[in-house]
Amino acid sequence: MFVYALKRLGVAVLVAITVSMVTFSLLYLSGDPAMALAGESATQQDIENIRRVYGFDRPIILQYLSWAWGALHGHLGYSNYLRTDVAAVVFERLPTTMTLGAAAISFALILSIPLGVLAAMRPNTVVDRFALTLAVVGQALPSFWFALILIFWLGIEWRLLPITGTESWKNFIMPAIALGYYVTPGVMRLTRAGMLEVLSSDYIRTARAKGLRSGTVLFKHALRNAIIPVVALTAVQFGFMLGGSIVIETIFAINGLGYLAWESIQRADMPVMQAIVLVLACIYIVLTFLADMLNAFLDPRIRVA
Amino acid sequence: MSAVLEVEELSVDIPVSAGLLHPVQGVSFTVNRGETVCIVGESGCGKSLTALAIMDLLPSSARRLAMRLLLDGEDMLNASERRMSDIRGSKMAMIFQEPMTSLNPAYTIGNQLAEALTRHRRVSREQARERAVFLLEKVGITAAASRLRQYPHQLSGGLRQRVMIAMALMCGPDLIIADEPTTALDVTIQAQILLLLASLQKEFQMGMILITHDLGVVARVADRVAVMYAGQVIEAGDARQIFQQPMHPYTQGLLDCIPVPGKTQRGAHLGAIPGIVPTLIGDFIGCRFRERCNYAMVDCVSEEVSSRDAVQSGHTYRCLLGAQQCADNAKRKASA
Repeated sequence: MFVYALKRLGVAVLVAITVSMVTFSLLYLSGDPAMALAGESATQQDIENIRRVYGFDRPIILQYLSWAWGALHGHLGYSNYLRTDVAAVVFERLPTTMTLGAAAISFALILSIPLGVLAAMRPNTVVDRFALTLAVVGQALPSFWFALILIFWLGIEWRLLPITGTESWKNFIMPAIALGYYVTPGVMRLTRAGMLEVLSSDYIRTARAKGLRSGTVLFKHALRNAIIPVVALTAVQFGFMLGGSIVIETIFAINGLGYLAWESIQRADMPVMQAIVLVLACIYIVLTFLADMLNAFLDPRIRVA
Repeated sequence: MSAVLEVEELSVDIPVSAGLLHPVQGVSFTVNRGETVCIVGESGCGKSLTALAIMDLLPSSARRLAMRLLLDGEDMLNASERRMSDIRGSKMAMIFQEPMTSLNPAYTIGNQLAEALTRHRRVSREQARERAVFLLEKVGITAAASRLRQYPHQLSGGLRQRVMIAMALMCGPDLIIADEPTTALDVTIQAQILLLLASLQKEFQMGMILITHDLGVVARVADRVAVMYAGQVIEAGDARQIFQQPMHPYTQGLLDCIPVPGKTQRGAHLGAIPGIVPTLIGDFIGCRFRERCNYAMVDCVSEEVSSRDAVQSGHTYRCLLGAQQCADNAKRKASA
């Protein structure tokens, strides 16, 4: 287990380094950063000055290393638009987005895993068809459109839930549903397929031959094995969701990272965008690592060599 | 001798796209306490489904029909699913063909052994553990206590099958059904496992059904034998009767296929039964073996063949030929 964890950790670090390089290169994506900073009316001398002050004249590898060193210590740069430290802005918004993400993934799992299990227990019945329909609709609906439907019915027609803001937990319900619903089909289909496969396996027959109650057979023996691939998928989907939260946060005017990203793109505020990409990527890497650990816990064939 | 299991006219029907499949038709036999009954037959003859039908573990699409199905005198035909789950693992247990995949990869051996006992008996975790260690030692596993913490993937096929046997014995069942328990194992391990099963069966005085296609196995451990062909028991009797005086042409052909030390000449051809098993979809009239039989007659096509008594009592076979004629055929084959 320890060796396995160490290996996974090594991979995570390598991915993080790669991501940081890509993120760093974002700065040069829009051309010469010194020219962008100096503005349109700057003279050649001004640009040269800025280049020297900001260190753009150094070799690119040195620039990367000093940037990465800063990022490691929480210095993510300075936003010229907001006139403030980027890290402070990003970490102020992060909890909101994480709350939304956690709520969305919880909603998705609570809906999709029981549905997947039910569909596998009664394949080709009404339950199965219902689950399939839900999955197809979920995959076909763009999340922004689904969000608008939710706002129209739950928010405006029936006045059940607040439409914008982050004042109370109620504000998170609609965005969480809109964001989580998109994840539901994949997780449900994988749960169903996994359960169908496991339920027809020899060790389930053994469990039944031992006279175990159907609940024990289903949850202790079947689900434990069927859920293993779902863990990995959920981690990946959570990553997609953090990206998807840009749209959802914008629609519901939630002051999270996604909304900040949307604003920064409009303002061409490169340092902020760079920081957001880096933070989201790191969260994604951490989640993938945790999913690997959870899988090792669930599957002794990974854990015990 | 008291009967542990009585099976009368057991049939299994499975609807398939081409019609109704009859993989098991009117199978009857009895297993007494302390007795090993071998069910013999080639692949697809319905022997495994017979076992699953007794355990009530048939696939959900299959239908089970029977005149009588008694375990220790208790009717299992009309038992509720709840009652059946109380019986399974407690009064009757099963050992499967595939030791590599029959244990749950996610749980330790100890966990899976213990739950077989705690499900049916009021015992503490510690008592279940002790019972597991006791039985693992019984089935010849060394360092049993430390094995409890191991996972199935850490054990070889032979060890896993020993664990499966120990698991089946956890509650001390009256009947144990072993469905080709050695087929997936190395030849060197096969004999060990079979002898182990036979000795445990004698020690705990269980009734045992041993399903196999290996006549060598049957010769070593069987008290009685039922030969199945195309879903029917075509011959049944004491092991000695079956081996010394096989009546049915199929049984005779089957015995012809195995070499006998000291008798079969080097380089001589072993027997083979030409042809294939008929399809079991839809209704079938007449003898199921007629297409492959050297003694087939016109009546074999039109007449339903029922079991009849052979020369010795307790020995039955399903053929239109008279007992004397069958015996003569066997003698002619033996001397040829």
